[in-house]
Amino acid sequence: MSNTTIVPFGPQHPVLPEPIHLDLELDDERVVQALPSIGYVHRGLELLAERHDFIEMANVAERICGICSFIHGQGYCQGIEQLMGVEVPPRAVYLRTIWGEISRIQSHLLWLGLSADALGYESLFQHSWRIREMLVDVIEETTGGRVIFGVCKVGGLRKNVDDAVLKAVRGRMRDIQTAFNEIADVFRQDPTVKKRTVGVGVLTAEDAHILGAVGPVLRGSGVAHDTRKLGYAAFGELDWEPVVEQEGDCYARCIVRVREIDQSFDIIAQCLDRMPAGEVEVSVKGKRPKGEAMFRLEQPRGEVCYYISADGKKNLARFRVRTPTFANIAPLVHMLKGCELADVPVIVLTIDPCVSCTER
Amino acid sequence: MSWSWFPISSLVTKSALHRPVTRLYPGERRAAYARTRGHIEFKINDCTFCTICAVKCPTVAIVASKQDKTWAIDYSRCILCGNCVDDCREGCIELKTAPWPPMLAKEVLTFRKDYEGPQPPSGVAVALPVEKPKTS
Repeated sequence: MSNTTIVPFGPQHPVLPEPIHLDLELDDERVVQALPSIGYVHRGLELLAERHDFIEMANVAERICGICSFIHGQGYCQGIEQLMGVEVPPRAVYLRTIWGEISRIQSHLLWLGLSADALGYESLFQHSWRIREMLVDVIEETTGGRVIFGVCKVGGLRKNVDDAVLKAVRGRMRDIQTAFNEIADVFRQDPTVKKRTVGVGVLTAEDAHILGAVGPVLRGSGVAHDTRKLGYAAFGELDWEPVVEQEGDCYARCIVRVREIDQSFDIIAQCLDRMPAGEVEVSVKGKRPKGEAMFRLEQPRGEVCYYISADGKKNLARFRVRTPTFANIAPLVHMLKGCELADVPVIVLTIDPCVSCTER
Repeated sequence: MSWSWFPISSLVTKSALHRPVTRLYPGERRAAYARTRGHIEFKINDCTFCTICAVKCPTVAIVASKQDKTWAIDYSRCILCGNCVDDCREGCIELKTAPWPPMLAKEVLTFRKDYEGPQPPSGVAVALPVEKPKTS
C-alpha cells in the first residue's frame, strides 16, 4: 500500500506571482511526483487575432504578457513584416533591439527580486526592485509607457527617439549598471542565497535538451543555445556570446540571469554606439499579409515561437504563440522529483513562470 | 567565518544613510516625461466628424456620430495606444502627459458640436454601443 500524501501547491501561494497549480505527491517531506495544471487566466487572445485587423492586433499582442510586452509586440510585427516582405529601417531595428534588452534587464531584475523574496531575503528583494524602478523610468522616458511600451507597429516604430534622449539614456544606463553591480555581488557571494540554491533542483544538460527546456533554464544546465544567435533584429551585427553555466541547479540559473543583465547592458551600449540615423517606419498602407510565417525570438524567459497564417484579408487566419514557460513546465516537473517540500517554491520560481503568457 | 556577508552590509548601510527612494504619493509627484502617455484630450471645434478615430480605435473607446455631431470617449476602455492621435487629419486629438485620475465608475465624456465651446459636459453617461467583432 502506498504511503504518500498529496499536497496542493498554488494557484495562490505567497511566492507565486502568477497562478499555477501543482499536486505534489509526498513521501514524508520528499516529492515523489508533481502534477501541474494551468487554466486560471486564459483570455482567448489567439482567437482575438482572427477577429481584429492585423495592424490593431499589434496592441493586443503586446498584452499577452506584462513583463515581456515589448518582445511579444516585436515578434508579432516581425512575423507580419516577414509575410508582407517589408524591410524595416535600420534605426527602428536598433531601437527595437535596445528596448528588447531593456525588457530583458527589467524582467530579470523583477525575477531576482522575487527569488530573493522566496529565499526570505527581504532587503535584497527591495534593492532589486529599487533598481528596476530606475529602469522603468528609462522605459517611460523613451516610449511613454511604463509596462506596455506601445511603440512597435507593423512597418517599424510609432515615433522616433531623439539623439539627445538617447544620450541621456546612455548616462542613466551607466548609473543603473553601477547600482546593479552592488546587488549582483550579493547574489554571487552571499551564503544565504547559496545555501538555499546550490545543488537544489538539478537538471542535467541531457535532460534539459530532451525535455525541451529553453532560456536560462537550458543555459544554466550548460547548453549554449540562445535564439538571438539567429541574428534577428540587430543581434547579427553585435558582438556577444550566450551566457552559460554548467551546474544545472537553482544557483546556476540565478547566475545566468545575473550575467545576462550585465551582457544586456553591454548590448545596449553597442547599439547606442552604432545607432544609424534616419526614419523609423515604412508605410504598409494597402498591403495585406498572405501565407504562413514561423518566427522565433529570445524572451527573458526563453525562446518564444510565433506562427502566423494569413490569407490576404484584414484579419489573420491563425495566430499561435508557444511561450517559454509552457516549454519549461516539463523540465520543472522533472526537477521537482526527489526534492524537499521546502525547496519546491524556489525550484518553481527558477523557471520564472509566466502563466499569463502560457495561457494567453 | 567568511567576509562574504559584507556586500549586503555595505548596501544596507548606504540605504540607511540615504533619503527614502520612494515618494509620498499623491502629495509628492514626479514630473511626467515629455513622451508620457497620460490621457486623451479632444478639441471639438476643429473636428469634422470624419469618424476615422472611431474606426481605428482598437477597443471601441471612441464613438463619433456624423449626424448628431457628437464625439464620446470612454476612459475606462482607452488603452492610450495613440492610433486616434496619429490618424486625426485635423489634429484635434492630443495625448497629454498628465495621468487620468483613478476612476470609481465608468467615465464617458461626450462632446457636442452645438456647445461651441471648449467646456464639455463632464461625466455624462451615455449608452455604449454593442461591440461587434470586426471582420474583413
